[in-house]
Amino acid sequence: MNWKRYERASDLNGALTLLDRAEGTGRVIAGGTDLVLQLGQRQKSAELLVDVTGIDELRGLCASGAWIRIGAAVTHREAAASGLLREEAAVLAEGCGMVGSPQIRNIATLMGNVITAQPAADAAVPLTALGAELRVVSAAGERWVPLEEAYRGVGESAIDATREVATEIRFRRPGAGAKTRFFRLARRKALALPVLNGAVCLWRDGDAGRIREARIALGPVAARPFRARQAEACLTSDRITAALLEEAARLAAGEATPRTSLIRGSEEYRRAMIRLYLTRTLWEMLDIG
Amino acid sequence: MDHGVKIRMKVNGQWREAETTPDRLLIDLLREEFGFTGTKKGCGEGECGACTVILNGRPLLACLIPAAKAEGADILTVEGLTPEQGLHPIQQAFQDEGAVQCGYCTPGMVMTAKALIDENPSPTEAEIKRAISGNICRCTGYTKIVAAIVRGAALLRGEAATTPAGVDRERVPQLPPVGPG
Ligand code: FES
Ligand code: FES
Repeated sequence: MNWKRYERASDLNGALTLLDRAEGTGRVIAGGTDLVLQLGQRQKSAELLVDVTGIDELRGLCASGAWIRIGAAVTHREAAASGLLREEAAVLAEGCGMVGSPQIRNIATLMGNVITAQPAADAAVPLTALGAELRVVSAAGERWVPLEEAYRGVGESAIDATREVATEIRFRRPGAGAKTRFFRLARRKALALPVLNGAVCLWRDGDAGRIREARIALGPVAARPFRARQAEACLTSDRITAALLEEAARLAAGEATPRTSLIRGSEEYRRAMIRLYLTRTLWEMLDIG
Repeated sequence: MDHGVKIRMKVNGQWREAETTPDRLLIDLLREEFGFTGTKKGCGEGECGACTVILNGRPLLACLIPAAKAEGADILTVEGLTPEQGLHPIQQAFQDEGAVQCGYCTPGMVMTAKALIDENPSPTEAEIKRAISGNICRCTGYTKIVAAIVRGAALLRGEAATTPAGVDRERVPQLPPVGPG
């Protein structure tokens, strides 16, 4: 037998109490599309599963003040269809629309996409570019964890799902003047993990003016969604030229650390694809040419 | 049974209850306890879509859902879609278009199509392809499945299908009925 108890929590305190009493043998479950398989294959274990998807306060996706807040029970389908995200953070809606398959997107949550800690995760990569952070609650209290610090390694989250409940993702609304875009390379257009995915957010002053801030997140080119900081710094410039974009893409291909893989191709190929896709995406976003 | 739990859900319009282990998956409960073997287990790993059922209005994979998660849910399987007499228009369209070969993917395809058409009665070909992108068929090459869903949607809108069916029934030899005796 696998898990021995399945409880559907109706409020956050109830969930925390259940986990606390289980003393490390309980585990949070949301959509479960990864976890159920991992439990079945004995990669993870739990005596008690605490389902948090019925908790009302985890269900919202909304703008509040300067932030966009996404509850831990929000699914990829909901995010991909959200008018708010399409309008203000299209990169996230686009990424969420690429996760798994329609059936998976109907139940799998964005929070799960982060906690499952895969470097290729199509929702976590845009969230990284958006500078998201997670609210994590346990019996001991509450903390905010920047997304980039939410990883221990491939498939290993810094959130301890046996004791903590990650309740919410939030990021600052990109605001007027921001442009965001997602790109993805995979062997097929559906049901295929990405060979490369990326999220770009640019903030510009004025119409053709300088780039005030750039954020680029790439996956799976390192052990976690990867911020190409050299490329970002290079793009933060007054003079936006084709040469600048190409230089930024070249830097990103250099600072990422893809490895030769039977599934994803050689290191050289993967670096070449980073350069190609990033150049293309930046050209399209900046309308140069 | 050790650690037996009672799980109740509405399947194909009727409340049903089973006593089972807490780690039972929905697919096994549907097939083995409730006898709805129309729902197929292909990969058992969320990759193929053969186990698609409609749960509270959405197509989901029964092989990835703990039965306990579906407690109280309203579930439709291919058996619930099929009328007492004859076929549901989507099933009819699959037959008319010759969209079934081995048939293993068909219940999942039909349920995915049903959920799509419920939401979008006139789906475009692109929308259909996106909707069935999580349903793998190893036989047909999908062309006839897409045609069948176009046709099924037309039938459900009360329109006579405008394009002739892919299969000319006159020319297909009719098999003798299967059954005892
Ligand atoms: S059996 Fe569920 S997706 Fe293949
Ligand atoms: S008809 Fe055989 S898998 Fe689709």
